[in-house]
Amino acid sequence: MKSIKIKADNLNVYYGEKQALFDVSMYMEEKQVTALIGPSGCGKSTFIRCLNRMNDVIDICKVQGKIEIDGNDIYAPDMQVEQLRERVGMVFQKPNPFPKSIFENVAYGPRIHGIAEHKSDLEEIVVTSLKKAALFDEVKDRLYDAGTGLSGGQQQRLCIARAISVNPDIILMDEPCSALDPIATARIEELMGDLKTEYTIIIVTHSMQQAARVSSRTGFFHLGKLVEVDKTETIFSNPSDQRTQDYITGRFG
Amino acid sequence: MTDRIEQRINSLNKRLNSEKRFRIYCIGAMSFALAWVLILFLNIFSSGYSAFYRTVIQVDVPFLNLIEDTTQFSEMSSEDINNLSMYSFSKKAIYGLFPDIEEKKDKKMLIRLFSIEFEQEIREFLKSNKSNINETETIYLTASDDVDQVNKGNYPRDLDEDKRRIKDIQLLFFDDLVDRGLVSYEFNLPFLMRGDSREPELAGVGGSIVGSLFTILVVLILSFPIGIFAAIYLEEFAPKNRVTDFIEININNLAAVPSIVFGLLGLGIILNTFGLPRSTPLVGGIVLSLMTLPTIIIATRASLRAVPPSIREGALAVGATKMQAVMHHVVPVAMPGALTGTIIGLAQALGETAPLLLIGMVAFVVDVPQTPLDASASLPVQVYLWSESAERGYVEKTSATIMMLLGFLILMNLAAVLIRRKFETKW
Amino acid sequence: MGFILISLIILIGIASYFLGNLRAKNLRTSNQKNLKSLSHYYGYYVALWAVVPALLILLMITSFKSFFIEQYVLSDFIALGSYTETELSLLFTQIENTALGIKLFDENTILINGAVNKLNYINKTSENLTYVTVLGLSGLLVLYSLFNINNKLNSRKIVEKFLLVLYFTCSLVAIMTTVGIIFSLLYETLRFFSQVPITDFLFGLNWSPQRVFVREAGDLDTRDLANAFGAVPLFAGTFLIALIAMCVSVPVGLLTAIYMSEYASPKVRDWAKPIIEILAGIPTVVYGFFAALTVAPLVRDIGQGAGLTVSSESALAAGFVMGIMIIPFISSLSDDVIKSVPQSLREGSYAMGATKRETIVKVLLPAALPGIVGSFLLAVSRAIGETMIVVMAAGLNAKLTANPLDAATTITTQIVVILIGDQEFDSPKTQSAFALGLTLFVVTLALNFIALQVVKKYTERYD
Ligand SMILES: Nc1ncnc2c1ncn2[C@@H]1O[C@H](COP(=O)(O)OP(=O)(O)OP(=O)(O)O)[C@@H](O)[C@H]1O
Ligand SMILES: [Mg+2]
Repeated sequence: MKSIKIKADNLNVYYGEKQALFDVSMYMEEKQVTALIGPSGCGKSTFIRCLNRMNDVIDICKVQGKIEIDGNDIYAPDMQVEQLRERVGMVFQKPNPFPKSIFENVAYGPRIHGIAEHKSDLEEIVVTSLKKAALFDEVKDRLYDAGTGLSGGQQQRLCIARAISVNPDIILMDEPCSALDPIATARIEELMGDLKTEYTIIIVTHSMQQAARVSSRTGFFHLGKLVEVDKTETIFSNPSDQRTQDYITGRFG
Repeated sequence: MTDRIEQRINSLNKRLNSEKRFRIYCIGAMSFALAWVLILFLNIFSSGYSAFYRTVIQVDVPFLNLIEDTTQFSEMSSEDINNLSMYSFSKKAIYGLFPDIEEKKDKKMLIRLFSIEFEQEIREFLKSNKSNINETETIYLTASDDVDQVNKGNYPRDLDEDKRRIKDIQLLFFDDLVDRGLVSYEFNLPFLMRGDSREPELAGVGGSIVGSLFTILVVLILSFPIGIFAAIYLEEFAPKNRVTDFIEININNLAAVPSIVFGLLGLGIILNTFGLPRSTPLVGGIVLSLMTLPTIIIATRASLRAVPPSIREGALAVGATKMQAVMHHVVPVAMPGALTGTIIGLAQALGETAPLLLIGMVAFVVDVPQTPLDASASLPVQVYLWSESAERGYVEKTSATIMMLLGFLILMNLAAVLIRRKFETKW
Repeated sequence: MGFILISLIILIGIASYFLGNLRAKNLRTSNQKNLKSLSHYYGYYVALWAVVPALLILLMITSFKSFFIEQYVLSDFIALGSYTETELSLLFTQIENTALGIKLFDENTILINGAVNKLNYINKTSENLTYVTVLGLSGLLVLYSLFNINNKLNSRKIVEKFLLVLYFTCSLVAIMTTVGIIFSLLYETLRFFSQVPITDFLFGLNWSPQRVFVREAGDLDTRDLANAFGAVPLFAGTFLIALIAMCVSVPVGLLTAIYMSEYASPKVRDWAKPIIEILAGIPTVVYGFFAALTVAPLVRDIGQGAGLTVSSESALAAGFVMGIMIIPFISSLSDDVIKSVPQSLREGSYAMGATKRETIVKVLLPAALPGIVGSFLLAVSRAIGETMIVVMAAGLNAKLTANPLDAATTITTQIVVILIGDQEFDSPKTQSAFALGLTLFVVTLALNFIALQVVKKYTERYD
């Protein structure tokens, strides 16, 4: 049995009056890929954004319940979100590189957290992060060109490089491939395989094949409830809930 | 290892502190901006409100000294009363306040407690009450500016005598009159009704209010139709070509041209080439119209653009011509937006000063203008004119004029907001 | 006169609308045939014929009347041939005044009396003539258009065509205004530069046009001209005051914008934003009064308390107050620009563990930079063109200085100083004001053009 990295307990989330998550409890294992699937609007993004408290940015969003990372409650009053997010990186649905150079994009995190003391340290971090994100070879001649000038797939890998530049424990990915073509998607999936040796990865996806390919455990969300979470093979071959069955056989969603 | 962790915690604390500081700077900046709104209004209000009342001094006028029988006044025409010589009679009535004083100099000082128009005021009283004048009538005469300011406490009394405009003996007189209960305040109606004057206590904003109204009227008559027609053309009918582009560039640029340049245009073309009369609301209105047109056109176009195409298509689909579709369906819906834009443009024009200085609307005008072709000032110009004067009394009058100007502006903007609220259509 | 005549024309217009409408309806019933347009379009058609040509003729008559009257009245004097143009126009004014009953002449009585009589006569006749022409024309055209109405006439098309032409003409007013501005500025400026070399104007260090005023316009010493119209002190003063204004408004405006867009709750924003925008709606003459009477003495007292010599019309006071006026121009536009930075960039930065300040300073502001710079440029253009504050609170004498505690004068101030009250035309002093106006026009236009371009580039980036 692998050690548990993240544990959510009875999580309820509200947007103003509207409840978006109902009593969600699940755990995620260290250095594994966990996939979250479910029909649109079922609360996958909402859940994943609770894990690095990105929902704090939304004024009307209220979170109840408990989330522990390595046994520490991340909603505890003495928890610094800045520190939390340094440990829990995130990659978004649409690539969102800053309108700066490729180098600056990756250097941003180390700079603000004061990780690199010297310019050479910084360069090293940038290069390793780009290498880990499998982007370095493509951009090594134009590190100082604008990050927004890359292709969609490259931009997304740049965002992954940016996320791993501060050496997080966990990487959250919210539909990282939905804006990409199949080839770029394949590269990112390949990358995830490499990354999971070092990082705990949570990925939200609409593609069941993708979930099946990359993840070891899968959770199925429906209408704000976590219907079922289990080993990926179990979910796809022998789900215990009828709704999961319907979803993976394409009967709704 | 612990070293490194400690270092990271330190750095995080630093970051959080600078976050706090930054937030305080931001709040500080916003409070600074907000505070100046308050300071401006308080400053103007506190120095201006006293102009809305004025000091009057009660004087017993023995009309019997002017005529044997006061009933005879009722048979006199206004003309006759105008021809009566009343100057020394009026002066004597004022001397009656202090029968004991003998010296000519002191008498002169006493007279100077009153506005120079005291004779005129007594005459006006006589004219309007001629049918029932008693032997002695109590008349409230306007106090001079200096007395008015001392009475309102705007003027320091403890300066050396030669440093202040009001002399010791006058202060003695004044204090005695106050003790006898003859000094009082009344609402300063003349301030609202009269034209300008060289004497602060007689100067009023009536002339400039009317001047401003005429000017704004001219702006409304010219810029509302022209602005709306131009906007309709550009938004609904204009073909996509160079001419249209050129017109649009022109409109956008005109919106940014400093107002004084419009003054130069008015001076060079409207006055000197077309020869329209200087200093008049007509010319002022034309110049300000040209200045406000871009505002109106841009606002109207925005509200035309907000009308969804389905409305036009609906009308066209039942066989209306393009012109009919636009005039019957689109323009009425866009009208509130156009009106709002026009009112905001008019408010801009109402507060504008610089171009009016160049076309001569700074003349000293005593008479309240009767038509847009009479020379006149406007409210903001009046502010400029009075702020250049040294007398203490003009300061409160300037502030009061600003209060009225701001009052009009607030009303107009309120109207704009109400129109927008009331007719706002959500699609 | 004009008012009555215009009212009459409008009355005719209303009446002819009903006539046209009626005639069209009659036509329909008598011919038993459909008309090409609805009957009220025939009403509009007739009304247009009644009103539009009449108004155009009236406009023409009023604009040329005075010229012909002057020619006619002065014909005897012109025949003498001994008067110059200016003398003639002066003479005409005097004759006009005499006709009003003001005694001005004691010689030349025969000619003058003749002219006065002519003036009275022509005034009366021309008025009658105008009435007859305008109303006659209107009536004739009503008859013509009424007879023109038949089943084949498509009055709707004509009316709509007219409206379109009218709308188009209205939209041309913007172009005519620009042309008018450029023409009036260029005309006087070129005449100015024919007397004062443009290099002297642009690079000269001494501005004292009042010296030229002292002498007769005829015998100006060219050396004197060269020394009197050096505009550098004005440019420097304008720059100094605008700089002070920007020093106040840029930090305050930008931080306010940041607070509004990133920190403030919607409720605070809904209140604070309109209140700050009041600052832009207050007439500038009010700021001028405030600067001259409250801020300038305050600055002077504080400065003197600190042992400095401060002019009572210091550039600092004027610039500071101008800066306050400009705050909303920067805060509102920057607020919009910062808000329009895509939310995904914010989230990207927060997800890296950045604080709000870091996100704002390192991601949002760089991303919004073009728009923010655009708002600064618009504010500068505003500051340079601002007139009343500097007229009332800045100095009037041109002195080349970089000390904010000194009095400095600006381009706009000098335009007003030169042109306020009565000007003698054709004097280089008056013309110099137009040259200053042209400079101001060109500079603000350029600033504006660049600003709009920059902002446009920016909005394209995130569309
Ligand atoms: N900012 C917000 N304000 C209000 N409601 C929100 C907000 N974000 C999400 N919601 C609501 O919360 C519910 C869950 O949304 P969420 O984005 O988590 O769905 P999702 O599973 O990620 O869907 P998708 O697959 O389409 O991304 C939805 O009903 C949505 O309408
Ligand atoms: Mg989602």
